[in-house]
Amino acid sequence: MRAVAVIGGSLAGLAAARALREHGFDGRVIVVGDEERLPYDRPPLSKEFLAGKIGVEDLALTTDTDADLDLDWHLGVPAAGLDVRGRSVVLASGRRIEVDGVVLATGARARPFPGARLAGVHTLRSLDDAVALRDELLAGGRLVVIGAGFIGAEVASTARDLGVEVTVIEADPLPLGGVLGPELGAACTALHEDNGVRLISGTPVTGLVGTDRVQGVRLAGGRSEPADVVVVGIGALPNIEWLAGSGVDHDHRGVWTDAGGATNIPQVVAAGDCTFSYCPYAGVDLRQEHWTNAIQQPAAAVESLLGLPVAAARPSAPYFWSDQYGARLQFAGHRLPDDAVEIIEGDLGSRRFVAGYRRRGELVAVFAMNQPKLFGKWRRQLVAPALAELS
Amino acid sequence: MILVGRPEDVPPGDAVRIEAGGGSGLPIAVFNVDGEFLAIDDTCTHQDASLADGWVEGCTVECPLHAACFDLRTGMPSGPPAKTPVRTHEVVVADGLVYVRVAESVEAAA
Repeated sequence: MRAVAVIGGSLAGLAAARALREHGFDGRVIVVGDEERLPYDRPPLSKEFLAGKIGVEDLALTTDTDADLDLDWHLGVPAAGLDVRGRSVVLASGRRIEVDGVVLATGARARPFPGARLAGVHTLRSLDDAVALRDELLAGGRLVVIGAGFIGAEVASTARDLGVEVTVIEADPLPLGGVLGPELGAACTALHEDNGVRLISGTPVTGLVGTDRVQGVRLAGGRSEPADVVVVGIGALPNIEWLAGSGVDHDHRGVWTDAGGATNIPQVVAAGDCTFSYCPYAGVDLRQEHWTNAIQQPAAAVESLLGLPVAAARPSAPYFWSDQYGARLQFAGHRLPDDAVEIIEGDLGSRRFVAGYRRRGELVAVFAMNQPKLFGKWRRQLVAPALAELS
Repeated sequence: MILVGRPEDVPPGDAVRIEAGGGSGLPIAVFNVDGEFLAIDDTCTHQDASLADGWVEGCTVECPLHAACFDLRTGMPSGPPAKTPVRTHEVVVADGLVYVRVAESVEAAA
C-alpha cells in the first residue's frame, strides 16, 4: 500500500493516522475532515469549554510531535463517496483522491429535534455548536434541555453553574435506566434536583413553541414549558450516508465491522463512533459512542488494514465517564436488563460509591460515583461474558 | 522543600495530593510504592485529572479519567492518550518526615 485515506478528522481519525505511522506505514496518509479544524477534544465542550473555563487552544488533540507524522490534511470538505472499484475517495468538492486503503472514521452527529429549525434551539457536538450555545447561555434566561442522558445532564449542570434557570425533560420514566438500571439511574438523576435543576421525566416533548425564535417546548398532554434557549440531547446518528452505493456493509446503526475493525471490503476498515461492531461485553453488535472506543478501536482497525495480528483480541471493557454538578460518574462494561446490581463500596446516599453488575455471578459492569480510585480497582476485575463462554 | 507529613500518612499503594505553592503552584502527588516515596505532578498531562486518584500498579499510575499511564520514577507516559511526561520531584525523608523538593521543569526533574 502506498496511500491510505483516513476519512474523519476527529479523535478516531487522528488515532488511526498515528497508528499507521506507529506500525511503520511510510506511504502517504491523507486525512479528510469536514470541519475546517484540526482534531479537537469533544468531552470538554459540554463542561469546561461551555463554562468558559478553557478556550479553543486547550481542546487541541494534535501535539508538536504530530508534525512528524507527515499527514496530508484535507479539511473543510466532507467525503461524499467511496469508489471501491476505482480505489478512490470522492470529496464533496468533486475532488477524487486515489488510495490503496481506507479507514472510515466519520463519527456521528447529534440527532436533531424533528420539525422546523428555530433560533435558540441547539444541539451540542461540534466546537461551533458549543460556541453558539455558550453565547446564548451567558445571557442567562431559561434553558430547557430535552433529554436527560449524559450530554443533557452535563449541559444542565454547566448552565446551572452559569446562573441559568434549567429544566430537563426526559421521555423515559426512568432516566438513564437503560444504561445504568433504574436504581443507579435514579441516583444520577437525583443530582439535578439536588442542584436546583427541575427534572420532568416520563413526559415526551411533542413540539417546539415559537415562530422564528423558540419560546418553549410543548409536552405530551398539551402543556408547554417556557424556554429562552433549548438544548436537544437525544442521541447521535452515525455519519454513514455518504457510503451509499459503495458496497461497504452498513445501515442506520453504522458501518458493520468485525472486532478488528474490518468491513466486508478488503482494504477498507472502520473505527470509532461510525462503527457498529460486536462487543463481547454486551454479547451483541452495537455502536460504542465513547471517547475511549474512539481512541482504542483505530489501532485494531489499522492492524487489520496492514495485515498485522490484531491486538484487540482481548478487548477492554467499554468505558465512559461524565462530570456533572461536581460529581464524577464512571461506567465500564455493559449492563443487560436482568443483571443483578449491588453496591460494593460506599452507599448511594453518600454520593460516593461503586456499584457492580453481575451476570451468572460474574462481574460484567461497574459504575462509580465520586470514587475514581476504587473504580480503577473494580474495572480491572470485569470479565467479558462472551469471551468467557468461548474459553 | 514542602512537608508532606509522616510516612504513615501515605499508606503503601496509595498517594496523597499536596499543594505545591510557589513555582508553578501546581499540586503534586506523592506515592508510596512498597515503602518507597515517589512524587510527580498530580495533574495528568492529557486532561485535567488528579493522578493521586489513579490506580497504582508496580511503579505505574493510571490516570483515573482516561487510563493514561505514567512511570512514577521518570514521569514518562507509557502510551496514549497522554504524550507529555509529568514532572517528577525529589522526595526526602528526614527526621521521620516526608518532604518534596519541587522541580523547576521537566528537564530539571529528569
